[in-house]
Amino acid sequence: MSAPEHRDYTGAKLGMWLFLFTELILFGGLFILYAVYLHRYPGEFAAAAQELNLGLGAANTVILLTGSLLVALSVSAVRRGGRRATQLLLWGGVVTGLLFLLNKYIEWSAEIGHGIYPDSPILNQKPPGEIIFFGLYYVTLGLHGLHVLIGTVLLAVMALYTATGVVHRDDFVKLENSGLYWHLVDLVWIFIFPLYYLLL
Amino acid sequence: MTETHPAATNERGFLAPTGNGLFGWIFSTDHKRIGLLYMYAILTFFLVGVVLGLLIRLELIAPGETIVSAQTYNALFTLHGVIMIFLFIIPGIPAIFGNIFLPIHIGANDVAFPRLNLLSWWLYISGALLALASLFGGAGFPDTGWTFYVPFSIQTHTNVTLAAFAVFILGFSSILTGINFVTTVHRLRATGVTWGRLPLFVWTLYSTAWVQVLATPILGITLALVLLERVLGAGLFDPAKGGDPILYQHLFWIYSHPAVYIMILPGMGIISEVIPVFARKHIFGYWAMALSGIAIAFAGSLVWAHHMFVSGLSDTAIFVFSLLTFVVAIPSAIKVFNWTATLYKGSIALDPPMLHALTFILLFSVGGLTGLVLGSAATNVPVHDTHFVVGHFHYTMFGGTGFAFFAGLHFWLPKIYGRMYNRKVATAAWAAMLVGFNTLYFSMMVVGLRGMPRRYYDYLPQFTSLNVTATVGSWVLGAGLFVMFANLFWGSLRGAPAGNNPWGGRTLEWTLSSPPPAENFPSPPVVVHGPYIYPEEPTP
Repeated sequence: MSAPEHRDYTGAKLGMWLFLFTELILFGGLFILYAVYLHRYPGEFAAAAQELNLGLGAANTVILLTGSLLVALSVSAVRRGGRRATQLLLWGGVVTGLLFLLNKYIEWSAEIGHGIYPDSPILNQKPPGEIIFFGLYYVTLGLHGLHVLIGTVLLAVMALYTATGVVHRDDFVKLENSGLYWHLVDLVWIFIFPLYYLLL
Repeated sequence: MTETHPAATNERGFLAPTGNGLFGWIFSTDHKRIGLLYMYAILTFFLVGVVLGLLIRLELIAPGETIVSAQTYNALFTLHGVIMIFLFIIPGIPAIFGNIFLPIHIGANDVAFPRLNLLSWWLYISGALLALASLFGGAGFPDTGWTFYVPFSIQTHTNVTLAAFAVFILGFSSILTGINFVTTVHRLRATGVTWGRLPLFVWTLYSTAWVQVLATPILGITLALVLLERVLGAGLFDPAKGGDPILYQHLFWIYSHPAVYIMILPGMGIISEVIPVFARKHIFGYWAMALSGIAIAFAGSLVWAHHMFVSGLSDTAIFVFSLLTFVVAIPSAIKVFNWTATLYKGSIALDPPMLHALTFILLFSVGGLTGLVLGSAATNVPVHDTHFVVGHFHYTMFGGTGFAFFAGLHFWLPKIYGRMYNRKVATAAWAAMLVGFNTLYFSMMVVGLRGMPRRYYDYLPQFTSLNVTATVGSWVLGAGLFVMFANLFWGSLRGAPAGNNPWGGRTLEWTLSSPPPAENFPSPPVVVHGPYIYPEEPTP
């Protein structure tokens, strides 16, 4: 039994925005923990943050912002009916997602190679503030990385949808909502990057 | 009064076989079928929870080990809590009656996202099955209580990992329902259904949906952190590594206190539907009722730390959270006063839905006022973690939401199935439940005031008589529940035809045939007045 197909552009966008709220609050829990523990261990947080690779973090910021630009352009391309341009821009977004994950792999491999990962013998001998910093670092960035992965898959699916004509100039709300999701991933990173790499 | 709809000639409405057998149900995107799927699942788990509760009471009939060991007792009350909270009360009213009647109440043919609705049912079932699976892995079902407090939940060898993951999935299901309902209320109201003409049930579902959207993600991240602690040992809540277990309690209650309003608000909505119908009067103070639901949802989101008065909060924090807790009592009292004001000079018909609704007002008032005993910092300390808390909690959640749910069942099942249960049997079952309920939970509150702690399978001999009384009460309550469900079940299958509007309701569902047609409204309805307009003369 199938419900009648009713299209409600505004409704679909409203639903997506509500979902994005829930995502923000999901990350919000981790940011609350960050705030409380930073207040408790300011010195040790600063010391631990020195060990992060600022270059890789900055590169990932540039990569994500570029990806967001490409996805935003793909939405305006589909509005104009540029099917080929839309696909190219979306695949560009997919590449930025993969580059981000590759970067993250390099970064984490190096850190794990130095014996810094949750519950590692080396980390457990450090002062409590540093253990907490790296605990939060792995949990928060891991959750964010998972979102990058989901977003990348979404962008790839949207590129295929555009190719097969599911998404077109008169019905592009799926693409627009996927774009919104991608911007959320970007937005969360905009807070993660300064808090973990830059400020301390 | 009876109204017949032009399309009232359908054969069993949306219940008519679609030719796809079981698949016509479990892959249906019809909001009414999904609502019934939820009902069958939720009632099944409710009955399991009831049996577990009766076992807990049986263990407490005498001091010392009676029927189960201490470890089994811990698993029993954890399983009872997890099932009743996450599988029954939280989804209960919104997922069943909300799904079936929210779209009809606003004149829509379905919710905004029908496929998402089906997905949320599948997530619910998956989460429920995972929770049951955790009975069998590791060292058995968690013994942490439904709150999964650290550090114990990280250290215990029982199957916390799977159970917490199950609750995470259930939370996701709850979020999707919330998103769906908010969008539905905003986008799918029929012509003439203004905000001031929404039935109050819709208003409470709307407030609830916002709490679901805004609070549940916190539970998600909190339980995800417990999982990560168990798997990775990142140490975020482990004092040995610099973490703080109290932060877990904050995060847990930031969700779980608003969650009690997810549980109670839809129940209040049902009461607001039932009372005008059986008093034959317009609800007293429509806007006060609508907005007090929003106020409860808002204020209720700011009181979480009143669960933590003995966890070592600062005096300032305790004062602030205690004050905010008292603030929640104001909109709650507005609702209680408005219901009683609606009854004043009404033409009251004591049919089974009304009996349950009136019981709700009584029991919820007891539960609400004993909540103030707990919310006040000075009295909280001596009764903290005693059976007084358990009694209070069951007065609000079972006496409140539970009886509202039963009122909804007696009110709407004749509409859903088109058949009427036996009203005399329903009244007898209600009387048994009322007596059993108070015998059980009032004894609990008294024994708690005398100092009996909760979550122990053993107790001092001086508490014996009250515990025996409570256990006997649980049998009367259980018998009443059994008769009630048997009667409703029999009535839905074999009862006499109920007609389209057995109670004389004025909301849109009563204009449809019983059971409602698969497409709710053949032509979009046009609503020209509010939902509770009754003529001066009492209708027969």
